[in-house]
Amino acid sequence: MADRPDQAQQGQNKPTLQLHVPEPSYRPGDAVDFGHLTIPEAGAQPRPDEGCEASETNPLATDLIRVLGDDNLPHGPWDPKLDADTLREMLHHMAMVRAFDERMFRGQRQGKTSFYMKCTGEEATSISAAMALASDDMVFPSYRQQGILIARGYPLTEMINQIYSNSADKLKGRQLPIMYSSREKSFFSISGNLATQTPQAVGWAMASAIKGDSRIAATWVGEGSTAEGDFHAACTFAAVYNAPVILNVVNNQWAISSFSGFAGGERTSFAARAVGYGIAGLRVDGNDPLAVYAAERWAANRARSNAGPTLIEHFTYRAEGHSTSDDPSGYRSAQEREEWPLGDPVMRLKDHLIALGEWDEDRQKSLDEDCATEVKKATKEAEKNGILGHGLHHPFRTMFEDVFEELPWHLKEQSAQAIRERETKFPEGLSE
Amino acid sequence: MTVETQKTAASEKAAGKKGVGADGERRLNMIDAINDALDIMLDRDPNVVVMGEDVGYFGGVFRCTAGLQEKHGKTRVFDTPISECGIIGVAVGMGAYGLRPVPEIQFADYIYPGLDQLISEAARLRYRSAAEYIAPMTVRSPFGGGIFGGQTHSQSPEAIFSHVSGLKTVIPSNPYDAKGLLIASIEDNDPVIFFEPKRIYNGPFNGYYDKPVEPWKKHAQSIVPEGHYRVELGKARKVTEGDELTVLAYGTMVHVAEAVCAAKGVNAEILDLRTIVPLDIEAIEASVKKTGRCLIVHEATRTSGFGAELSALVTERCFYHLEAAVERVTGFDTPYPHSLEWAYFPGPVRIGEAIDKILSE
Repeated sequence: MADRPDQAQQGQNKPTLQLHVPEPSYRPGDAVDFGHLTIPEAGAQPRPDEGCEASETNPLATDLIRVLGDDNLPHGPWDPKLDADTLREMLHHMAMVRAFDERMFRGQRQGKTSFYMKCTGEEATSISAAMALASDDMVFPSYRQQGILIARGYPLTEMINQIYSNSADKLKGRQLPIMYSSREKSFFSISGNLATQTPQAVGWAMASAIKGDSRIAATWVGEGSTAEGDFHAACTFAAVYNAPVILNVVNNQWAISSFSGFAGGERTSFAARAVGYGIAGLRVDGNDPLAVYAAERWAANRARSNAGPTLIEHFTYRAEGHSTSDDPSGYRSAQEREEWPLGDPVMRLKDHLIALGEWDEDRQKSLDEDCATEVKKATKEAEKNGILGHGLHHPFRTMFEDVFEELPWHLKEQSAQAIRERETKFPEGLSE
Repeated sequence: MTVETQKTAASEKAAGKKGVGADGERRLNMIDAINDALDIMLDRDPNVVVMGEDVGYFGGVFRCTAGLQEKHGKTRVFDTPISECGIIGVAVGMGAYGLRPVPEIQFADYIYPGLDQLISEAARLRYRSAAEYIAPMTVRSPFGGGIFGGQTHSQSPEAIFSHVSGLKTVIPSNPYDAKGLLIASIEDNDPVIFFEPKRIYNGPFNGYYDKPVEPWKKHAQSIVPEGHYRVELGKARKVTEGDELTVLAYGTMVHVAEAVCAAKGVNAEILDLRTIVPLDIEAIEASVKKTGRCLIVHEATRTSGFGAELSALVTERCFYHLEAAVERVTGFDTPYPHSLEWAYFPGPVRIGEAIDKILSE
């Protein structure tokens, strides 16, 4: 008999329909056990050729590419075989980002700026990835990739000027702190709107291909923001035009207070999104700096040889709050950070170098001290240009500039109005 | 709707023809004028790319890009996925690279999925990056009703874009302007929304829907010179000189207003605004101060329409010269109805009534 709706049964559906509202495993105070996570052995994952069919990577989209083992040594075909100098450089960048985050967080608490976002625990996902790219490959980051700027040698003082929105801020005090932009470092202007950068990266990559250029594009987006339509448009366009682009999804488990389940993480991996679009997908241990480097390098080689885009899920953990405006103790168990089974990327890289006989605890200690000193110096330097809300900011008239290339009449009128208001408020006069 | 194959400026050029009429002038309709502008810019600037749904091999559902892919190649003129968010998003990235993308959104009604990329990204990029990155794109999109397109193929959403700081909005009303404004828009370093009134693609529709529409070739503004020329953004065109009444209009409504004023024998000064951002406030002020009366006509819905902005500006700047309250004639605040299209359309009756009211005060 045909399986057709039975008129008599209408309204009698059993069981009654139920809406599933995802719930994270642990809430504040809960004991944490990450035993349910499948963590494969380092080195167990195959490494296909960069020019392979996208479908050949499908198993890797639900696996976890790992290189550094419990013995702190590299294993398997994904070992990028980096020399000790490169590893030390990577460690230096990571220590610097950590020192920078520490000081900027403190600066926000001291009232020097309005806002800050740390990337603690996620350093490898930006630093190791950036080191696997050419320095002129264009990056379209989200808001937690300060590691890229540091890896590319952008001056700390410039970063702090932006964070303080002071008179030397190259963005003229217009952007929320940490929304950097550096054309010189091939670093696109960060947007506060989520995932908008993903189709933009694809468009840049398409333009590079239209022009027969050799540069590729890479973008970063959080796992929560993959729910945005922009991300899916990016995947579609990347697939359709075989764009030379890398789509990095940083799965740090939490989007402010919403766990990854609210972006579909209960059903499949984020790398598995790639399967449906027919692009290469890799899921990588985001706290394993060597694995991140290797995956990004693989994707860059693939893109550069016209073999197509790659979606990389960096499986990591947001060790701190979303931002200075967030207190994670209100929604997740503090034990999660301690119990995170993939460890800390900085410690893992340090232990690796020590295991190689190329590093020791004393050198680490002095590295950390040097970074803290350098950040402190840069902070003092930036503070000469002012901190937020203390008068030293860009000249008043710049507020109306750059809305358009040229100032139209209505903005001229509004600018005159603003100047009048200022003269009324400060009749004794201000320099700007 | 025009889906039949038409000869385009590009194809004519390829065939060595000039599009020259009996009077020796080169006359084009709006579609061919737009096609001509795109063809010229693709020729002149290797950074111009044209993309959109069905714009490539097929040449666009309204034929505006016909022949362009064949002439300029598949990486300069190409089809896109049906994703307006993606189309505008990749155009932002292309602009950051240094290209000058000219995306087409097939109908203005479809532009909404791309709004975040337009409003939060393209429009704000210059400001937020302190001019490190710009979005020099021109988004072309057919808009307006009068073609029995129903509520999803008839809207006039220009006011939404005029409300966004950082966007320019251009609306041509004739073939000469369409070409010159489109070239100026593509050459502009700011993002431009270029709305093409689709009802007048093939002829200057004057609102009398029950009478035959004249073809463009009988209209003075259909004379379209060959080669590159610009119509600068922010300069209104005085359609008729007059002293009884100023009419502010753009797009299709320029022709409707002109026909109604002529039929009523009103000596009106009609300004075709051509661009609503930037706006030619000087021309508006000069005219209203001269006539003392102002009628604003647009096809878009009334509440918070661009007419509200115009009315406020005129009142603020010309109050002591006004002899009557500023009047607005607009579409109704309903979705564009399919069967009752002409009841919705701000046609001769609605405009005539408003003119009578203004002139009686």
